[in-house]
Amino acid sequence: MNNIASSKVRLCISWLGLILWLAGSTASVAAGSESHFISAYAAAESAEKEAGSLRNQWTVTEAALTKARKAGERGDFDSATEWAKEAERLAKASIYQATSEREAWKDLEIR
Amino acid sequence: MAFRNYFVKKFPDVKLEEFVNGPYALNQDMRRQWQEIDQFPPYEFSLEKGKELFATPFRNGKTYSDCFPNRGVGIRQNYPYFDALEGKVVTLELALNRCREANGESPVSYVGDAMAALTAYMAFTSRGKPFDIKIPDDRRALEAYQNGKRYFYTRRGQLNFSCATCHVQYPGEHMRAEVLAPALGILNAMPIYRSEWGSMGTISRRFTTCNSQIRGQPLEPQSEEYRDLEYYLSYLSNGLPISGPGARP
Repeated sequence: MNNIASSKVRLCISWLGLILWLAGSTASVAAGSESHFISAYAAAESAEKEAGSLRNQWTVTEAALTKARKAGERGDFDSATEWAKEAERLAKASIYQATSEREAWKDLEIR
Repeated sequence: MAFRNYFVKKFPDVKLEEFVNGPYALNQDMRRQWQEIDQFPPYEFSLEKGKELFATPFRNGKTYSDCFPNRGVGIRQNYPYFDALEGKVVTLELALNRCREANGESPVSYVGDAMAALTAYMAFTSRGKPFDIKIPDDRRALEAYQNGKRYFYTRRGQLNFSCATCHVQYPGEHMRAEVLAPALGILNAMPIYRSEWGSMGTISRRFTTCNSQIRGQPLEPQSEEYRDLEYYLSYLSNGLPISGPGARP
């Protein structure tokens, strides 16, 4: 009987350990996801700020930033990170447009 | 002038002074509809409102008339002008708000109904008078003109359009349901009643909505870029008659 009882206790401890390990690892994934979002959002904001200094922001970038922020607020960090990355891509495209148009506009001019 | 010649060659059947009628100069079906609509112009209410606002005294007893040459009547064709003291372009919308502020009133929205009504009235008193925009012998004035030109031709927004994409490359063509207006004479009809808006719109409203339509974040109304753009476009239409307020689909 003692052997049976002690093996049950060991089994319970193993399960408890597994549950604690799973809970811990999920929390670390969530924390990782939030930190990914924070850095992705910061990068997007920085790029959009640069586009702003060039007077060439796009409405779609602003919309993507808003979606990222809202997803972050409700704790959906995967989605929030994706939107932040999309915002950064758009902001970088608008920066490219502004810098290339410094000379390219002349090609359209009627002379 | 190369700019003017471009449109004259592109539309050899259109008389020069007709370009101020925008798409109606290029599309006969639209022109007939417009002539019917113009029997009872949709801008009439705004025009009346503008006349009333223009004559209504500020709290200090003065009126808009006190801020303008010729008491504000028949002067729209001279705006925008380059102000040598300030070193910047002054548009009619800006001058109206500066008049308000100089008389202790708060400015009205550049994209709102009151500004549209006021400019509609002032345009109406100038109907038929040719645009007469001056570029004084001042390096800063020429810079403002060049900046306006650069803005006009620069692609922006996610759709990668410049003002010229629609109004130089494709006037007379359809953009969805709209027939695009030629850049030549495009500001002569301002402000305009747009059926799409269901109301009158100022030049500021037109510039900012153009930007958002191509998914570009509009600048602040009456920012230096927009003022320079208005200076450039108005100068190119020198000699063409003021036809505002106008009506567009």
